[in-house]
Amino acid sequence: MPSLGADMESGTLIAWHIAVGDHVAKGDVVAEVDTDKSVLDVEVFATGTVEQLLIPEGKRVPVGTPLAIIGEDSGATTERAPAPAGPLTAAPVPSAEPAPSLARETPPAGPRTPAPQRSAGQPAASPLARRHAEALGVDLAAVTGTGPGGAVTTTDVERFAGSRADRPPRAPSTAPAAPAIRGPEERPAAVPLTGPQRQAALRSAIGASMARSKREIPHYYLACDIDMSSAVRWLDERNAVLSVTDRLLPVTLLLKASALALRETPDLNGFWESGGFHQADGVHVGVAIALRGGGLVAPAIHDTDHLTLAELMVRLRDLVARVRTGGLRSSEMSEPTITVTNLGDQGVDSVFPVIYPPQVAIVGFGRTRERPSVVDGALGIHPMVTATLAADHRVTDGHRGAVFLTALERLLQAPEDL
Amino acid sequence: MDEQSIREIVLRVLGEVAPEVDLATVDPHDDVREQLDLDSMDILNLAIGLFGETGVEVPERDYAQIVTVDGCVDYLAQRLAPPA
Repeated sequence: MPSLGADMESGTLIAWHIAVGDHVAKGDVVAEVDTDKSVLDVEVFATGTVEQLLIPEGKRVPVGTPLAIIGEDSGATTERAPAPAGPLTAAPVPSAEPAPSLARETPPAGPRTPAPQRSAGQPAASPLARRHAEALGVDLAAVTGTGPGGAVTTTDVERFAGSRADRPPRAPSTAPAAPAIRGPEERPAAVPLTGPQRQAALRSAIGASMARSKREIPHYYLACDIDMSSAVRWLDERNAVLSVTDRLLPVTLLLKASALALRETPDLNGFWESGGFHQADGVHVGVAIALRGGGLVAPAIHDTDHLTLAELMVRLRDLVARVRTGGLRSSEMSEPTITVTNLGDQGVDSVFPVIYPPQVAIVGFGRTRERPSVVDGALGIHPMVTATLAADHRVTDGHRGAVFLTALERLLQAPEDL
Repeated sequence: MDEQSIREIVLRVLGEVAPEVDLATVDPHDDVREQLDLDSMDILNLAIGLFGETGVEVPERDYAQIVTVDGCVDYLAQRLAPPA
């Protein structure tokens, strides 16, 4: 079970798309997993033949649990060139969790018995759930665990804290409050969460992630007003002669310029893991996309810095559609190396964003609007946008952040080069 | 194409752009961006959807005219009307 988000502890295998004997290639969608936040298409990490499916449909298992055994093809077939649709360069999985779960080395583990060491009165719980309980002042012993083997998850802790505070109880998880290990045949069928349940789960996940961010990451914030005259003019002229299907939205310029500026400040592009910074190999910008019912997700556009604006626009339209109708891929959820949030449509001038752990920076854009501005000693009226950066002080200082924003400003003055 | 058919197209496209929306509750005079929480990507998708259904290209400078259902219907009706 891959980690499909920093705070994901377990996932429910909704459906297999493969059977024993099938040949799969790295990047193929092999299963659907419900992370509570959303149902994702899980891609395989290896190329080979499916030898065994270890987890039945409908079963909820912790992150790191082997899902299947793939016999790798002999030779270097796993080095297959990445598919053009989405190069799966090996970006680090942003999680402290163990290794890929779909790999050759995977032992055909017998019925895995998640029985964490614990003494009487100390319920099983992940370290994250324990920290969470501590932060919320919740006694773990009083919480009914819905995780594997009755382990207490962060969601359980939050649900308990919520009900204790006399707020309306959160929607129940589809997982049973299993007091004991149950056989796969006793597992409930895979039932997707209902709308309100999904909403509650998503809100809870965002809450947990942002609470962790505010608790652990020493943010610093910078802002910069950027003159968008050239960009707006260039975009208007370009869109005027293009068919409606080929038009670009201004956000594509902001995304591309951000991705290119990151090449100059790679220390903002990566993950804080195991007590240190790990710079990412590629620039995979996570785009914060709001869901109309509330909540947001920020899946990655892979290799943003290498895409043309037209390609970026196609990817963005596709991503927004899939965020709203389903079909996000596991690599999109697990691999953003930085996030960009654009609240320009909502009419705010600036946003002071919160970093998504384990990322180390996030870029925000407000709306582009005409403001009085001095250029070359003359007061004029220019379309301006305020760009903000929140970054992790454990990795960079304000000076590096300023280098990024300055590069961003410079790049947006030459939109034709983006 | 009569106005009723155009209205049906507009509502159908709007339903595709915002599948979560109950179209029966849409006020035809109100700005859909505020009513339905639509952003610039949604308006672009609305323009693309209308183009696909009717062949009418809405230039960017005319987007302001298609942000209400009634405005959209009028806009298309004018451009789909047979030359007088």
